[in-house]
Amino acid sequence: MRAWLRQHRRAAAAALARMVAHKAATALNLAAIGIALALPAGAYALLESLRAAAAGVSLEPQLAVYLKPEASRAEAEALGARLAKAPSVREVRFVPREQALRELQAVEGLAELAAALETNPLPDAFVVRLRPASGSAEARAAAVEALAGQLRAFPAVAHVQADPLWARRLAALVALGRLAIGLLAALLAFGLIAITFNTIRLQILTQRAEIEVAKLIGATDAFIRRPFLYLGALQGLGGGAVALALVWGVLAALDTAVAELAATYGSQFRLRFLEPADAAAILAFSCFLGWVGALMSVSRHLREMEPT
Amino acid sequence: MISFSGVCKRYPGGREALHDVTFSIERGEFVFVAGHTGAGKTTLLKLVAALERPSAGAVIVAGQNVGALRPAAVPYLRRNLGLVFQNQKLLYDRSVFDNVMLPLAFGDLPEREAARRARAALEKVGLAGRERANPIELSGGEQQRLAIARAVVNRPAVLLADEPTANLDAAAASAVLELFAAFHRVGVTVLIATHDEGLIARAGHRVLRLAAGRLAA
Repeated sequence: MRAWLRQHRRAAAAALARMVAHKAATALNLAAIGIALALPAGAYALLESLRAAAAGVSLEPQLAVYLKPEASRAEAEALGARLAKAPSVREVRFVPREQALRELQAVEGLAELAAALETNPLPDAFVVRLRPASGSAEARAAAVEALAGQLRAFPAVAHVQADPLWARRLAALVALGRLAIGLLAALLAFGLIAITFNTIRLQILTQRAEIEVAKLIGATDAFIRRPFLYLGALQGLGGGAVALALVWGVLAALDTAVAELAATYGSQFRLRFLEPADAAAILAFSCFLGWVGALMSVSRHLREMEPT
Repeated sequence: MISFSGVCKRYPGGREALHDVTFSIERGEFVFVAGHTGAGKTTLLKLVAALERPSAGAVIVAGQNVGALRPAAVPYLRRNLGLVFQNQKLLYDRSVFDNVMLPLAFGDLPEREAARRARAALEKVGLAGRERANPIELSGGEQQRLAIARAVVNRPAVLLADEPTANLDAAAASAVLELFAAFHRVGVTVLIATHDEGLIARAGHRVLRLAAGRLAA
């Protein structure tokens, strides 16, 4: 066990020493890997910021039930009582038309419009939050739609709006963004493996004599492979750190401008740096990819290097 | 310790380097493999060290059938062999001392014990004062002695040498030969391939004579 640890410590030290000895090459490699990784990592950080902003809006199934303008308060109360008893309903909030108008007046840019109204055109409404149902997305949408259909049958109900459309669009957009980032990340992961593959290949060629001698005097393949694997993993890890630094720097540079822009829309939207868990995952992933690239390179090239 | 039975070695292309070679070397023997260039001396040594595999016949080293050895087992066979080559295959990007340390890097020895052994090996071949030098600064004879130090630092049971005196003057050659004799005296099996008949005559050990890939009687 101690010998095993010593072997690994030596291999890691040898890999580090090699990186330090070739500072320029190391810096270029780290920059290449870092920039490649910064693209998906940065896009992910932006998307997460967007999602955090959208999280203020509940994405759980929700219905807005608008009553006919001529519907009486008694009819509204009767409907409210029925809704509160329905098993799939978690919470019913009654929004009387006066309150709806006040809320409209409070919205930035709409106050003047609201003030210009002579009469209140808004109907009474219910905001109905449903219990999060289990099952597939389609099944849940169907359940919400069924309840909406029942509500539409009431004479006092003018209009039922299921799941505000924009929330669904945002959710779809976020999902699309995630897919795009995933594809980009997969593509660049290949790039990272290719970069490492090539660096390790060059390193193996420059150490050809050493590898040959090591094989002649009885070094196992695992022993010969180890420093190269450490080199690949360290390079990946370093590249990941460069990527995080780049993302952090760019976000910090953009954040002030974005905050100012958002403020003109009355929003508190800010860019957020990656969560620590996400940052750690990126480091682990890039380290792993470097290791994989090195493993592929070493497995391929050591076979060609049997001593003669 | 080493035994060949009916060993043939045919290289890709059809050239037959060894044909039906059979012999046996006991533990602790000192044996020369003699013959002209191209007689098959180097191929014979390569077969012992699993650098080549026999086309036919069996090569047994320390009880192991080398021809049937799994690739993963080859390193462990080689650790039991000390190999000395005509071109010493030294590493010129590190010191004399680090060259000798190389075979100890993958052993289980602690750092301090390994360094002690490396110094002992260098002392034995008369290079004690040159530890920090680069091998390129050494003379031909010194480089060959350094190669021997690297070969013996792991205390192998068998020493294999391919033309170890080929590029040396007479004095350096006999110094190298005397080194092999010293290891032989402490029980190491020594197998040296050489075309230097004078060397063979001086040492007076058993000789395996190869001619065109066949063992002469």
